[in-house]
Amino acid sequence: MSLNDAMRGPVARRPFLMRAAGGQAAGDRTAIARLTLCLLVILSVAAIALSIATGASDASAVNVIGALLTGAEDTALSMRDRIIVFDIRMPRALLGFLIGAALAMSGAVMQGLFRNPLADPGLVGISSGSALGAVLMIVLGGSLPAGLMLALGAYALPLAAFLGGLLTTLLLYQIATRGGQTSVATMLLAGIAIAALAGAVTGILIYMADDKQLRDVTFWSLGSLSGMTWTKLLAAGPIILVALLVVPFLSRGLNAITLGEAAAFHMGVKVQRLKYTAVVAVAGAVGASVAVSGGIGFVGIVVPHLLRIVIGPDHRYLLPASALLGGVLMLGADMLARTIVAPAELPIGIITALAGAPFFLWVLLRDRTRNGW
Amino acid sequence: MSKSFDLRRARPWEVALTVFALSAPLLATFTLPVDGGFVRKAAAQDMQKVDTSKLVTIGGAVTEIVYALGEGERIVARDSTSMYPEEALKLPDVGYMRALSPEGVIAVNPTALLAVEGSGPADALAVLKSAGIPFETVPEGYDRAAILRKIDVVGNFLGVPEKAKALEEKVGAELDGAIADAAKRPESERKRVLFILSFQNGRIMAAGNHTAADGIIGLAGAINATEGTFDGYKPLTDEAVINAKPDVVMVMTRPGAGSTDEEVLAHPAIAVTPAGKNKTVLRMNSLHLLGFGPRTASAVSDLNKELYGKPGNVSQ
Repeated sequence: MSLNDAMRGPVARRPFLMRAAGGQAAGDRTAIARLTLCLLVILSVAAIALSIATGASDASAVNVIGALLTGAEDTALSMRDRIIVFDIRMPRALLGFLIGAALAMSGAVMQGLFRNPLADPGLVGISSGSALGAVLMIVLGGSLPAGLMLALGAYALPLAAFLGGLLTTLLLYQIATRGGQTSVATMLLAGIAIAALAGAVTGILIYMADDKQLRDVTFWSLGSLSGMTWTKLLAAGPIILVALLVVPFLSRGLNAITLGEAAAFHMGVKVQRLKYTAVVAVAGAVGASVAVSGGIGFVGIVVPHLLRIVIGPDHRYLLPASALLGGVLMLGADMLARTIVAPAELPIGIITALAGAPFFLWVLLRDRTRNGW
Repeated sequence: MSKSFDLRRARPWEVALTVFALSAPLLATFTLPVDGGFVRKAAAQDMQKVDTSKLVTIGGAVTEIVYALGEGERIVARDSTSMYPEEALKLPDVGYMRALSPEGVIAVNPTALLAVEGSGPADALAVLKSAGIPFETVPEGYDRAAILRKIDVVGNFLGVPEKAKALEEKVGAELDGAIADAAKRPESERKRVLFILSFQNGRIMAAGNHTAADGIIGLAGAINATEGTFDGYKPLTDEAVINAKPDVVMVMTRPGAGSTDEEVLAHPAIAVTPAGKNKTVLRMNSLHLLGFGPRTASAVSDLNKELYGKPGNVSQ
């Protein structure tokens, strides 16, 4: 086996990521992975289209887009429908897809990087840092200079959450790096400590919060895609998009790291560089996502696990597939969230956790019987 | 083989993209309006006369006032805190007042939105505004003037100022009666009331300053036992409960939830207070008591009666 093969997909020793792979030949796996990717692309387009077409109101996306193409007259009703389709559903569908993709892909990257099936942006404290930023803004935003708040407008909260995630990640990186070497174990442990610290400070703020702020914090922490605007898409979208485009370049390095950092290093992988890029990309994507949508859990941990069962652990396929499936599942959950109790809306975090947690348990039990641990 | 990891050549590109990504939130802030709608509507903004024939009302007091003005048939949907009067419950529920869904609200085809201060989220309201649904914010407050102001704002928005004046006079007179009656009680006889918002595993969330509970306790001729030591609802330590020396512990009646009087009285800190010794736990309907709408006068006299016995019976 050449080194190159080893980097594409580790075959010789099967670490945890490989358990679900069973005994199938690598060739079949590649074919299945490619087929899955094609299917996921179709599904993604369908999910976005369906998401734009459905909602609490009877506005017809087909009519609106048709009217736009044929240049039909503006009536009051068609204007209402236009706003629903273009200003409410469309940014929501696109941003929802990006957020799902960002969370799922970040989960896959973290799990590969830390060689830990439980790794998730939440685990290393990035989500907690973002949450702290958001809660800080909700509770203390009122005491900031009015001019600054006015300039930031609707951006104050997303910006605070994003900065919180980014600062947490940089702090984490500083702690875990000694003499140019980043220790994954230290990073994981420091992440847990930082998450606890951020949680505690959030707790203090919640204690200081008044009744109204408390309810804001509660609803924010449940997560929602409600109130997505083009402005938000323009703010969070590019950050997420950059991460989604950069991360697939890391797949070979992540494959190599499955064999251990030392082995990857001897294969010529620039391990430090890889870790740095991965962590910054994840911080950006998760920080931006958490900033606009609040806390949406379980997508990052469930999606990569589900895909490893089907297409195996090769990051070249796993990363893009995770992004696509994450987006599709997020839009699915969102469609449920806004139609079950229409005209009201459920927080989407409730749905992802409600669907994700039992599914995760099922995967766990299934693997347990299969591998006998 | 290491060339796929040699990103040095891509670095300027990477750096440029990263800089763009990081500056995007700021860029967008200064280039786009907050409500950032894609579809521009010029007409909606200029609308002079607001069509209030189909209303969505957000907030229990707001909905109650619209019904009290006799304009209830204009409401097409309400939020989940609007549970009075009975007719309101038959209308579609657009969700909790702080978690509104823009499309859900538009889906009921309202011509206007009437929301109590603090409704949201702000993004949802911005989207509704850009969709040409005018909305009026009704200021919140926990005293007599605030109630009359709410009626005034609602009446003017609905275009029925005369009905609003009449309702204000009626409600104002009722409130004056109830408040004056309660205020006659001498300072020395006033009871200290500890309002418990929630009581879980012996953890007491009590009402401080600037809460509806604090407001109604004051109007009913009693003293909030926490006496302005903090704002909002806060968990109290056992010592703070003992220091508050409440004569009465007030809890909310909620369908299917909450703790029994025995559980409340068994709390070690409450047990040593006057309320614990005399076993005085008061249960009140939170909606009626904390609504600060047109029925507050009756809430004031109800609470006064519960606290001191017969209404108007001041010194005997």
